[in-house]
Amino acid sequence: MRRYNKEVIYGLYNDEEVLLKAVRKAKSKHLEIFDVYTPFPVHGLDQAMGIEESRLHQAGFVYGLCGTLTAFLGMTWIFTKDWPIIFGGKPHWPVPSFIPITFELTVLFAAWGMTITFYTICGLWPGVENPQLDLRTTDDKFCLAFDANDVSDSDVRSFFSETGAEEVNTKSI
Amino acid sequence: MSAVVSPVRRPLIEGHKTYHQITEDLCSPTEKTPSKTWIIAFIISVATMSFGIFCIVWTIWMGTGTWNLNRTIGWGYDITNFVWWIGIGHAGTLISAILMLFRQRWRTGVNRAAEAMTIFAVICAAMFPLIHVGRIWVVFYFFPYPNVRGPLWPNFNSPLLWDVFAISTYFSVSLLFWYTGLVPDFATVRNRATGFRKKVYNALSFGWTGSAKHWSRWEYLSLVLAGLSTPLVLSVHTIVSFDFATSVIPGWHTTIFPPYFVAGAIFSGFAMVQTLMLITRKILKLEEYITLEHIESMNKVILVTGTIVGVAYLTELFIAWYSGYVYEQFAFFNRAMGVYWWSYFGMMACNVISPQIFWVKKFRRSVLVTFIMSIFVNIGMWFERFVIIATTLARDYLPSSWSYYYPTWVEIGIFIGTIGLFFTLYMIFTRVAPVVAIAEVKSILKLGGDQYVDNHNYKHIHGHSNHDHDHSHSHDNQHH
Repeated sequence: MRRYNKEVIYGLYNDEEVLLKAVRKAKSKHLEIFDVYTPFPVHGLDQAMGIEESRLHQAGFVYGLCGTLTAFLGMTWIFTKDWPIIFGGKPHWPVPSFIPITFELTVLFAAWGMTITFYTICGLWPGVENPQLDLRTTDDKFCLAFDANDVSDSDVRSFFSETGAEEVNTKSI
Repeated sequence: MSAVVSPVRRPLIEGHKTYHQITEDLCSPTEKTPSKTWIIAFIISVATMSFGIFCIVWTIWMGTGTWNLNRTIGWGYDITNFVWWIGIGHAGTLISAILMLFRQRWRTGVNRAAEAMTIFAVICAAMFPLIHVGRIWVVFYFFPYPNVRGPLWPNFNSPLLWDVFAISTYFSVSLLFWYTGLVPDFATVRNRATGFRKKVYNALSFGWTGSAKHWSRWEYLSLVLAGLSTPLVLSVHTIVSFDFATSVIPGWHTTIFPPYFVAGAIFSGFAMVQTLMLITRKILKLEEYITLEHIESMNKVILVTGTIVGVAYLTELFIAWYSGYVYEQFAFFNRAMGVYWWSYFGMMACNVISPQIFWVKKFRRSVLVTFIMSIFVNIGMWFERFVIIATTLARDYLPSSWSYYYPTWVEIGIFIGTIGLFFTLYMIFTRVAPVVAIAEVKSILKLGGDQYVDNHNYKHIHGHSNHDHDHSHSHDNQHH
């Protein structure tokens, strides 16, 4: 089990709209959010929390470019330098017939590169056991968590009751 | 925030579900002991698959002489079945990728199972090129790698090699896309499980927690994978059609093949999705998730693509006549009136004429009609590939070499075996993973019509949040 060595105080909400309002309110009150756990991707949550736009797609572009170059330069080297063969009197460097494989390798490299990057930066991998605050956050509960050291207990409890949290709990993870 | 949705739009999920109920409904098939129907069907599938494995081993042991291929007919059942399966394997990625880019939110009810079907169909398809080379133990010669034979490389000009790349890429990217969607749902199953089962699902879910940052990245990843898969899915059947179109055989050497093959692939893929979905929704009681709306939408796709295929058939005939080229004309005359006239007739009847009944709304929304039609389309699309391959090769350049092809029991056995393999894999999938994407369905729950927030919860939430009680139910939905 991965450990954060943190004491966390969290509230559970029943609906994503209520959660979104709570997140916005926490932001406006300058309460520093530890994390939010939801059973599905909630639209607008990343903006509300101020999560910056992921650069995964930029990484994907670079991986794709690697695929393009591997395929195109590889085939070029093989057919012009390593072992030039004449196929049906066609030129040694038949660019149009390189396009399908070049395309496929671009997609292959981009998809695998991005997916592996995604799991790596999220710390997700088979065998990893990440701490969970509440098992119901993959079912129907929306969890807003604060680091107990960053916020005062009474403040955060009144915040939770104002914003309509169903339950408030603490947990060390 | 999300798009503004009309309050009069029909709900995508029926039955006024709560989030918890969705979890219950969709996880429970993986948690119950299998029903008797499932066990019997599974035994039949495994038995069929075993016979197929026996026939494959027989082919490898005895050689491809156990097939009825001959001097001019070098491709028979093998490539017919390969193209048929690959075509079926197109609907899943179309539903999950292209419909995602077009923001067709109904896809969330069927995308998981359709993608699974895609992956299993591609596995079935990939069997045939592997076996038909004859010497399967040197099949790795397909791939370019530094070797001790020179190094001697494969011919990168050959569409058959492009096909190797296209299909391996398609398979692995579809698998990534599918699995990335499954990860959060495996976490949902894990959090309901105990003991060993929990350990297994924790490994399968990669330790997913549902953190907001992970979801945000997950959505980016899904979107870009959809963007990559869209041209990919179109490229795969295009390249399969190049196997034929770049040759100099009359009847194959046509520029219409890529779009015609892609339309045919979508057509047959949706038909197979319908066949499976109609059974799945009935047996797993998912009628509220895979609704008549889904069936109707997919029937519309079947109607459109079936008609595109029909136009392609007629265009081929017209061009053959208009070209004034006697060999081309003969090739098409032979298709319709030659020795294999029955398969041309079957193709036309199943693919072009029968889907036209879907102009009638009543038929589009009828489960029985849809089921029968989906079987027809699958048969028709199999005939199409058989027509293209066997009819053309049976009448080649030299009349003295003309011959007739029919399969041996081994070839039929392998084909039936792949159907067994397909159903075996699909049935295991329905036991192991949620067949409807739980997280994605929850995210679209409030999008259409009068959905969710049952009275109890509604008052509860809005009471706590000091919300204006005059906010009406539909108003709340509109602004979601």
